[in-house]
Amino acid sequence: MFSRFLFRLVLLLIVLYSLAPFLWQVLTSLKPSHEVFSIPPTYWPSQFSLESYQMVFTLRPFARYIGNSMIVASGTALLTVSIAVLASYALSRFRLKGSQSIQKGLLGIALFPPIVLAVPLYEGIRALGLVNHPLALILPYSVLNLPFATWALSGFFLQFPGELEDAAKVDGFSRMGILFRVILPISAPVLATTAILVFIFAWNEFLFALTFMTRDAARTVPVGIAMLSGVTVYEVPWDQISAAVVVTTLPVVVVVILFQRWIVHGLTAGAIKG
Amino acid sequence: MDLLGGGGLVFVGLKNYTGIFKDLRFGKSLFNTAVFTAISVSLEFILGMAIALLLHRTFRGRGLVRAGVLIPWVLPPAIMAMAWGWIYNDTYGVLGDILLRIGLVDNRIAWLGTAPLAMASAIFADVWKATPFVSLVLLAGLQSIPQDLYEALSIDGAGPVKRFTMITLPLLRPYIIVALLFRAIQAFSVFDLIWVLTGGGPGGGTQMVSLYIYDTVFRYLQLGYGAALAITLVVFLFAIASLFLVLFGRSRVEV
Repeated sequence: MFSRFLFRLVLLLIVLYSLAPFLWQVLTSLKPSHEVFSIPPTYWPSQFSLESYQMVFTLRPFARYIGNSMIVASGTALLTVSIAVLASYALSRFRLKGSQSIQKGLLGIALFPPIVLAVPLYEGIRALGLVNHPLALILPYSVLNLPFATWALSGFFLQFPGELEDAAKVDGFSRMGILFRVILPISAPVLATTAILVFIFAWNEFLFALTFMTRDAARTVPVGIAMLSGVTVYEVPWDQISAAVVVTTLPVVVVVILFQRWIVHGLTAGAIKG
Repeated sequence: MDLLGGGGLVFVGLKNYTGIFKDLRFGKSLFNTAVFTAISVSLEFILGMAIALLLHRTFRGRGLVRAGVLIPWVLPPAIMAMAWGWIYNDTYGVLGDILLRIGLVDNRIAWLGTAPLAMASAIFADVWKATPFVSLVLLAGLQSIPQDLYEALSIDGAGPVKRFTMITLPLLRPYIIVALLFRAIQAFSVFDLIWVLTGGGPGGGTQMVSLYIYDTVFRYLQLGYGAALAITLVVFLFAIASLFLVLFGRSRVEV
């Protein structure tokens, strides 16, 4: 009895520790602005106020940052999954010469430090005239996510029974017809999970977004928040920052809790296949 | 900004590389990154293993607990670095206030004010963020171990410690290698957290290799030298990975 209570207590503490920095931002963001800067800090807001949220949306181009991030992240998810579907179907169905090396080579990319890629990528993007254009982020993000997406999908496609496709072939479906009319409809949950994980990666990325988007109006959320500063250098608007942090992270938290089983599976598969 | 300078390109041989050996700032950032990686990854491994063992038991609400534990790993690193900056803040920060209230300290501490404390703060934030990844991989490994192995050893009268060292650790080895290798490479490439939390300061005390390369190329516009540094970083990572695989053996994980 006691050991079960202790077990529950330890679990509770671990979850609390995992959520603490996020929860503290939530509490901070709901305080009236002046209370955020009180010494010592109050732990529970004396009154709930949406002042910080109002300020970050009216005084800052925060809505713009969110719009930019939405375009970049959904563009990346769409492009990555579209290419990964074709690549992984081919890798799982045809005995291609060197398909093993292709898959291993793809994984190598994922382990490269982002800074090493940022320098030559910046030169390429500048040469193409794409600096400050959403494609400057969508293209490299898609390349970086393809290994993971291809692994996740080809693993799934391999589990399909061959009879299903043979039956479709008898019915006169072409290869592409089988892929789009038979396989993809049943794969919807896996496609969705993969797209969500790719979306989260693109939503979170910082270094490329910092380097390739030089105009304030082109910035994505993480860079926008990191650059939020006050009127003077010494004045950091922590009230507005906390509101911005909550708006940016809350959707991720909700998605992870709703889809936790699939997301855990997708993330683990992505990591372990490496 | 045109990094290539628009003019003609001149072949300089290995000139960019010879400077690296005399570059004290690069040496220091390499040392800082090594310290950061070694301590972070060790702590993440110990904590991650403990959490994985806890979550491997069956209990009600396990899915929710697993989701809660996972959250630090999927939140944006740069944004959560801001959140940690707010916790560490020397005037309004909640960490200083908690320690004051428990009576552990008499004065508020400037967590990011001195090099060793700033390094410790960055490591703490990194451990918070990356432990879920280690637990997730190790948990998948634990679930792959057949239960009857444990039962067989229990019949032989082995206690929990013996079961852990004789079955769990050896069978978990490929998963441990994957988790540690991924984490070591990622920690050695750390950028977002440091850029936002300390900017490499104070006085270069948390300067990391990635930040140094970023500054060299995008602030001081020394593209050639920056590229040489980047290649050096890749060589270092390759050396770390090889050393790792030689030490712990090469084995494949089949899922």
